[in-house]
Amino acid sequence: MAASVAEHRVELIQLDRVIGDGDHGENLDRGFRAVVSALDQSVPDTPAAVLKLVATTLISKVGGAAGPLYGTAFLRASTAVNDAAELGPAEVTEALRAALGGVVARGKAEVGDKTMVDALTPAVAAAAGDTVAEVLAAAADAAQAGADSTVPLVARKGRASYLGERSAGHLDPGARSTTLVLRAFAAAAGES
Amino acid sequence: MSRVGLVVVSHSAGLAAGVVEVAAQMAPDVVTVAAGGTADGEIGTDFDAVSAAVERASDGVGVVLLYDLGSARMVADMVAETLDDPDSAVVVDAPLVEGTVAAAVAAQGGASLAAVAAAASEAAGLTAGSDAEPAGIVGDVDVVGSMSLVADVPEEVAVMLTNEIGLHARPAALVARAMSGLDARVTVRLGAAKADGRSVLALIGLGARGGDEVRVSATGPQAAEALAAFQALAARNFTD
Repeated sequence: MAASVAEHRVELIQLDRVIGDGDHGENLDRGFRAVVSALDQSVPDTPAAVLKLVATTLISKVGGAAGPLYGTAFLRASTAVNDAAELGPAEVTEALRAALGGVVARGKAEVGDKTMVDALTPAVAAAAGDTVAEVLAAAADAAQAGADSTVPLVARKGRASYLGERSAGHLDPGARSTTLVLRAFAAAAGES
Repeated sequence: MSRVGLVVVSHSAGLAAGVVEVAAQMAPDVVTVAAGGTADGEIGTDFDAVSAAVERASDGVGVVLLYDLGSARMVADMVAETLDDPDSAVVVDAPLVEGTVAAAVAAQGGASLAAVAAAASEAAGLTAGSDAEPAGIVGDVDVVGSMSLVADVPEEVAVMLTNEIGLHARPAALVARAMSGLDARVTVRLGAAKADGRSVLALIGLGARGGDEVRVSATGPQAAEALAAFQALAARNFTD
């Protein structure tokens, strides 16, 4: 996931520069790098603890709205999987649902506001399958379509909303990064 | 006396520090902590810095957080939610400067956490000084009870302001502070304009200058004390 964000750092910066303040790629890259180094030092025992470590690291290291939003998503996911020793399709689906709930509660955005909610909402709706990899692949595909749907939208939340009509015609950076994160999850699950 | 503490969450360290400076002048005994900028000195908000600021501002009776825009609110919300006692902190939607000043003055007067938060959130538009209704009650709920007594006819006095600047910032803060400690609802009038005696911003908004005569009315159990306190402050030209 960190590698994917790093790889797409420049793309995110460019997307964000058009309708935001150009720091989304930089911030997320810094945050996920910090996550990797935290996990290098010690890997917590349970999936919930790993998710919580990711959350607190992102909250501390990612500036802007993305830190609190991604942080809340991972924190809620951590709470949702509770003390499960291993994550099956049901736990992953529940974690995604909780993450979406957290992002909506934190950012007060709805579908159509041109935010990461536009990617995460269809991802949660589509998240189904017999294996974790299938669930996450379906979620990532739906997130991609959801992100693409933000292009014509006029932003109603977040920094891009300051641009009003001029935000239309551009892919939302938050929706794009949400897709990248889900895609990375899916790839990791497919390998294991 | 334990007082409610304040945290100013801003994207800019300079902005946060400036707001704290203004508030401190009017409420010297309130711990108001600036949490602006990121750890590396950039524009942004820092979860850890805000958490530390809340800890410093806390005197055991709660902390009110005010923010400038966008993600500052999310960070403030997260910090409040992750406290051992989430009810010990309130994030207030208020204009940053006006809200912080109003909250600081209320806190200086010993108001409760809920009352300090209310003072901040009611700060929007108070400086207009129109004949709008005085802002909601900044004190405790029992003041509302006393208002409903039919026999509670307001007492009123006329007070000549003999200091040069009238009810400007410092004098207004002194009045609001004095009134916040009393169980009375106080209204100060200048011509057709009126202000809640507990609201420093509303008092400033009256624009009462030296040489003006204001009318002060009060209801509630300590109405007489409130009027006497106002007269005493005016008699010594609102000096500390």
